[in-house]
Amino acid sequence: MWQAAGPATGKEKDRVLSTANTQALPISVSHVTKTYGAVHALDDVSLEIESGEFLTLLGPSGSGKTTLLMVLAGFTRPDHGSLKFGDREVIRTPPHLRDVGMTFQSYALFPHMSVAGNVGYPLRLRNVPKAEIAERVAGALETVQLGGFGERRIDQLSGGQRQRVAVARAIVFEPRILLMDEPLSALDKKLRDQMQIELRSLHEKLGMTTVYVTHDQREALTMSDRIAVVNHGRIMQLATPRDLYEKPANRFVADFIGDSTFLPVTRRGQQIVFEDQPLNHAAPAPEAPSLLLMARPERIHLLTGTPQERMNTFEAVAQQVIYQGDSYLLNAQLHNGEIMSLRGAVRQGTVDGLPSEGDRIRLGLAPEDTVIIDGRES
Amino acid sequence: MQAADTPQRSYETPVPSGMNAAGLRRDARLERLKLFGLSSPALLLVLVILVIPVGWLFYVSFIGANGQFSLENYERMITRKSYARIFVTTFQVSLLTTGLCILIGYPLAYFLSQLPSRLASLCLITVLLPFWTSLLVRTYAWLVLLQKRGLVNDWGISLGLWEEPIKMVHNMTGTLIGMVHIMLPFLILPLYSTMKSINRDYMNAAANLGASPRRAFWNVFFPLSTPGLFAGSLMVFILCLGFFVTPAVLGGGRVIMVSMQIVSNIELFVNWGAASALGVVLLVLTMAILWIASRFLRLDQIAGGGH
Repeated sequence: MWQAAGPATGKEKDRVLSTANTQALPISVSHVTKTYGAVHALDDVSLEIESGEFLTLLGPSGSGKTTLLMVLAGFTRPDHGSLKFGDREVIRTPPHLRDVGMTFQSYALFPHMSVAGNVGYPLRLRNVPKAEIAERVAGALETVQLGGFGERRIDQLSGGQRQRVAVARAIVFEPRILLMDEPLSALDKKLRDQMQIELRSLHEKLGMTTVYVTHDQREALTMSDRIAVVNHGRIMQLATPRDLYEKPANRFVADFIGDSTFLPVTRRGQQIVFEDQPLNHAAPAPEAPSLLLMARPERIHLLTGTPQERMNTFEAVAQQVIYQGDSYLLNAQLHNGEIMSLRGAVRQGTVDGLPSEGDRIRLGLAPEDTVIIDGRES
Repeated sequence: MQAADTPQRSYETPVPSGMNAAGLRRDARLERLKLFGLSSPALLLVLVILVIPVGWLFYVSFIGANGQFSLENYERMITRKSYARIFVTTFQVSLLTTGLCILIGYPLAYFLSQLPSRLASLCLITVLLPFWTSLLVRTYAWLVLLQKRGLVNDWGISLGLWEEPIKMVHNMTGTLIGMVHIMLPFLILPLYSTMKSINRDYMNAAANLGASPRRAFWNVFFPLSTPGLFAGSLMVFILCLGFFVTPAVLGGGRVIMVSMQIVSNIELFVNWGAASALGVVLLVLTMAILWIASRFLRLDQIAGGGH
């Protein structure tokens, strides 16, 4: 892990990057639009990123998340809009004068330079004296756990090591803003999980404003302070991971993040009803022409005795049980034909006692988990 | 870090040794034989049209005027001043042509590599177009254009660029113009394919790290394009060493290269030995250059380009 060096010896401490002169900057994106022909890659995007925040742009491929990152880096010129780093307007600043660190999906490590050559390159461009370059390169490599790898060639490194070198190169000149374009997509799952934690703790240590692009919702939930869900060039919702999961703004967000069952519901007077059955729900329902009940599979109870007070219950017929190792998935058909999925943890005995196909069962959903969302796609 | 710590599994114990071993070995041998069988026509062809004639060339170069074994063909090259001048001219013309090709071809290849691929392939066709016209036609076209009362002189004078017709043909200038024109595609093609394979992210990364476009080019793009540049230059240089038609026509007898001396040895003096000896020297020199070059780059890149 990239833990802080801790109570290391004096010499050791000097080699690890200090956070002292890395003041983070807020980023302000307003009304940025980019069209390719008739396609809106970015459609009037406005976004305030706080100083020192870890913000993730999450969306399916082609949603515009990478285009937005490329606008931040200066590689894509938008049609109009404004972009500020702190108080400085940078929308027309060429990339080499923006002073932001970036890691690329392909890592983009220069194959004709050694590891140290790569990491030292931004310092060389800034005319840092040679001795200081060597020191800071060693420090940055130490920070990403690659101490002593300076002389290696890039093609001698594994994927995970390249990823670390790319990070070291992006942070060695202590930029106040760090941009990361799907940095972990080329790694296998185990390594990816480990790197997520490492990148997150690196961010906590260095404190720079970080904009992270991914299409992996779990990665976004794990790492981010806030997540901006992007689709069709627009920001669908900007919220903390928890709010995003529990209070999605619309069907697209609810569908993209996590699994859920959606049931069409209607407003009748003050109540929200599903098939004539009034629902108890903790949070108020949004004002929208169409409404949906979003039920997360792990929040649904399989009822055996009397349900708790105010719990919404649904009569259903059990279908197949899918065993998935750590959990099981039980699909059940409601009377209106909709399938509701229920996920339960697998512990000793839970799987053997499950209903078999065709059994009549009752499903329960607590009012807090009965989330009514805007039924529109965006 | 990477999990390199998977325990070494031992494959030795439970498998009965020698299971199907003889049969598998026979299959492998048969496969090698089939492969050899496929390539044998090509091998035969190379033997007949390359190895035998070159061997014969060697043999003839050691036969003197009296039909006996002698070194006189080689001695002549050392003792006669005119031969030294021919070799110097050959290298001079080849080096200058290569240099001019680089000066013109590098920016052009760079420009092509940065175009959107559909436009780039269209432009590449125009680069390749000269290949589909006869070499002789192209060379005589230059003769027509560059002569005293040719198009270039007419235009230059009527535009007031110069007053008297300039001698641009039957000399070094004409030879170089023609040879650069003919050789340019041989430089551009490998260079273009190398440049095309340079990931655009590299230049973006350099810019992001603070490099101005000019520094990014010299620090990143140029070093990554050198394999293609070496390959293309070497190709042009070696082709120039043995080039005959264009320097013969455009040089007008004033620029004499090794190939032209070979021709006159045969046509004028009917001295096959002398001509063969020149051919051998040219071959040896070319191979020496290739050998030196191969210490700096992998030769397979000359054919394929890229990494």
